[in-house]
Amino acid sequence: MPVKTLTGNKAVAYAARLARVKVVSAYPITPQTTIVETLASMIEHGEMDAKMIRVESEHSALAAALGAASAGVRAFTATSSHGLLYMHEVVWWTAGARVPLVMAIVTRAIGPPWNIHVDHQDIWDQRDSGWLISIAESNQEVFDLTVQAFRISEDERVYLPMMVGLDGFILSHTVAPVDMPEQHEIDEWLPERKQPYVITPETQYVMGNLATDEDYYMMRYSIQAAMEAAKDVIKEVDKSFGENFGRSYGGLVERYRVEDAKYHVIVAGSWAGDAKEAVNILRDEGYPVGLLRVRFFRPWPTEDIVDVVGSSKGVITFDRSVSFGARGHLFMETISSLGPLAGKLSVRGVIAGLGGVDVPAEEFAMVIREFIDEVEREGQVYDPAYWHLPSQYRDMYPSRVEEVVR
Amino acid sequence: MGVSEPKTLFVAPLSKPDAGSVGKTGTWRHEKPVIDEEKCVKCLLCWLYCPEDTILRREDDMVYVDYDYCKGCGICAQVCPVDAIKMVPER
Repeated sequence: MPVKTLTGNKAVAYAARLARVKVVSAYPITPQTTIVETLASMIEHGEMDAKMIRVESEHSALAAALGAASAGVRAFTATSSHGLLYMHEVVWWTAGARVPLVMAIVTRAIGPPWNIHVDHQDIWDQRDSGWLISIAESNQEVFDLTVQAFRISEDERVYLPMMVGLDGFILSHTVAPVDMPEQHEIDEWLPERKQPYVITPETQYVMGNLATDEDYYMMRYSIQAAMEAAKDVIKEVDKSFGENFGRSYGGLVERYRVEDAKYHVIVAGSWAGDAKEAVNILRDEGYPVGLLRVRFFRPWPTEDIVDVVGSSKGVITFDRSVSFGARGHLFMETISSLGPLAGKLSVRGVIAGLGGVDVPAEEFAMVIREFIDEVEREGQVYDPAYWHLPSQYRDMYPSRVEEVVR
Repeated sequence: MGVSEPKTLFVAPLSKPDAGSVGKTGTWRHEKPVIDEEKCVKCLLCWLYCPEDTILRREDDMVYVDYDYCKGCGICAQVCPVDAIKMVPER
């Protein structure tokens, strides 16, 4: 297998080509990335057997991909930030149609003010739409997830579209080694496309017509059933990929140094690399801490969370997003999956790194260390929204917004 | 073409349209498409693009219009590459 040095964006493009995508649709202006630029170039140079559809907006880009996928081929698009928000209506239509489709999301902050750096606000904003939502830590994982996404999305137990998230700039525009299987190896591993129905002039289906309220309700129920079924499919695909290509990540979550851990860090995306460094630093200092990296935000890994942190002494989540008026997303999901167990352990929900503010390993270590020391000193800690402010503001503002209001 | 039965409880928003389920929509028309069979090259773009499935196709691929249901949107005339479809005002 050839190892290439690739940006995250190129890794996605190569993965889409190896998956034999037949239709790519995109709006070619900002915030579009080199994912689609690379695909367009490969198609134009005859290196990829696909049709490129240029459209006038992201809303139309996903609509065109949905149309092509409904007609029976692998279709693909990619977007980011404001493009994804503009697409939001069709995001729901695609999941509701139950048509398998794969889309890459370069995760980026949302304006105003303009900001082109990493943040998870755009991708978590899609969380309720019925898409499977994954997020990678490295360029290699972005490549692997993109290939796997077709197999997961097209599984007869799932039939839901899937997003593959990669952190803006940190992965999308940074070069790293990526081990890419050969075309024949992917062909042997990735089955022919399957889907629940096709819409052609011959089949004469209409998708999305007016339905009774009761049927509408049952369609929602069936999306939830597919999400539940997807959990096993994701684990199977991860395992099978590992057997064939030597890389498995642990299914919906990656567990890092959790075996004898009493404290747990929960994090998603590329900065999990920094958080793992922090775990190593703290382990060297004698802190019994492990890390759970969320790879799939939907379906949410409830069982894994309960399994790993159910008997934890303390859990600290790091969110690169916030639901204004509530908490960070990972924090809310974690607490909701723990249910009654949540009352037995200490928790801190850290909100950090918004708009791409850097949080190096030493800062992760500092925040985690403070949390563990506090729990050991004071017993139980419940601290749902701790703002780890940018360093120049740390002395000027409190970490808890409630104190600003008082 | 790649269709495979779902294996989890599956309810999808699909329907098979019935001709005339909302009445004779041809009465909505202000202009009707008239096909010039001499000019038609049987490319079938009009048949493919018609949003109402009212451009019909004969065995020899010559097309004709179902005037009972054609709403007169004119897309067929727009996409015809040889200008073989004219929109003629209804009277």
